[in-house]
Amino acid sequence: MREVHIEQVTRAVRDLCIRANTELGDDVIAAFHKALEVEESPNGRDILERLIENARIAKDEKIPMCQDTGMAVVYLEAGQEVRFVGGSLEEAIHEGVRQGYAEGYLRKSLCDPITRKNTGDNTPGMIHYRIVPGDACRLTVAPKGGGGENMSQVVMLSPSEGIQGVKRFVVERVNESGGKPCPPIIVGVGIGGTLEKAALLAKQALLRPVGSRNEDLQIEALEKEWLNAVNDLGIGPQGLGGRTTALAVHIGTMPCHIASIPVAVNIQCHSSRHKDIEL
Amino acid sequence: MPDSPIHLKTPLKTEDLTPLFIGDRVLLSGTIYTGRDAAHHRLVELINGGEPLPLDLEGQVIYYVGPTPPKPGQALGAAGPTSSYRMDAYTPALLEKGLKGMIGKGARNQSVKEGIKKYKAVYFAAIGGAGALISRSIQSAEVIAYPDLGTEAIRKLDVKEFPLIVANDVHGGDLYESGMKEYKR
Repeated sequence: MREVHIEQVTRAVRDLCIRANTELGDDVIAAFHKALEVEESPNGRDILERLIENARIAKDEKIPMCQDTGMAVVYLEAGQEVRFVGGSLEEAIHEGVRQGYAEGYLRKSLCDPITRKNTGDNTPGMIHYRIVPGDACRLTVAPKGGGGENMSQVVMLSPSEGIQGVKRFVVERVNESGGKPCPPIIVGVGIGGTLEKAALLAKQALLRPVGSRNEDLQIEALEKEWLNAVNDLGIGPQGLGGRTTALAVHIGTMPCHIASIPVAVNIQCHSSRHKDIEL
Repeated sequence: MPDSPIHLKTPLKTEDLTPLFIGDRVLLSGTIYTGRDAAHHRLVELINGGEPLPLDLEGQVIYYVGPTPPKPGQALGAAGPTSSYRMDAYTPALLEKGLKGMIGKGARNQSVKEGIKKYKAVYFAAIGGAGALISRSIQSAEVIAYPDLGTEAIRKLDVKEFPLIVANDVHGGDLYESGMKEYKR
């Protein structure tokens, strides 16, 4: 068994929280530049240019690109031959979130769902574990803001509605969201599984680099078709009208029950933040 | 390219706002106040109870923002707009008290749009997610009410050339509707 000390986990989560919030991925910045080539709206172009500048300022000055520094969504992919030592693994992740949000001057945006009292340190992290073969260990932190999350939805469609029904739901969700989730957005779609698996597929689809191709050619064709449909809505950057409503549609699928088509749409604002590290 | 931006200074008067039309780019300077969900709730409770407000809203501008904590040497951290629709339920009462401008992101509901027209106010869209860029326009920040609300406290900000786009004007225009229509296929 390979041993990983939990202090290493805390440290990694802390650093990833800060880096994710201050350094926008090159894939997203490249997508902004690509959008500038097709955007016709003068205000839309102005917004895209300012978003590129915003990312540069955030990185240079090491300040958050957006004031909504989000909930810390943490993915831990742990090899089954890894043993975590030194204390509670889960507490170590929360401690990393606590340290990252305090030391990185990030906003504490979590509260009790009933009393609305702020938890004060942006904990708990929203953790998803996956056990994989081997002794590798990968940590990903993806801060998720409230705007896009509020516009996200899960639905259980009837099989008779078919793939056209899924498309209708996805496009309508983006249409109803309008400018609220800070377009240009990335549309994460989960199709299949159970209610909660569909939601997780949609969220994990957001981790794929923007502009990357789906390995499944049939799904890739759907991603292209739905991206065009979404961009034909005219919502545009910030919802003020334009060609660039979404930078990408990413779809994840898995088998589901013969009686249903679970579909989840997880909307990601243009601050598509995620950083990962191998432990 | 869009026309060159219009420079505006707070407090705002009706005559400042009449020449503005949706889609205009504005650079706003002067004093503005921050306020989001929890602060709006408290202000409207005071209005409903007939009690005085912690600030005089006449001619003022409220910015819907919950900033990040400042790093040493900064006036305020990242400070981009939050979604305005969550403030819609409270906004007509504030417009009645003289509020002239709002800064946020995303479309407003019908009663806010009617209030903007009736009280000759303006709703500006700031660039959502451009928190680092916008922080450069903020010269100073001071909590003036509800410090217990943390990021949601009411702050007085001095801003210089804060980049904005007119989203709802005194003439009844709504950029969220007309902009989308213009580019819909």
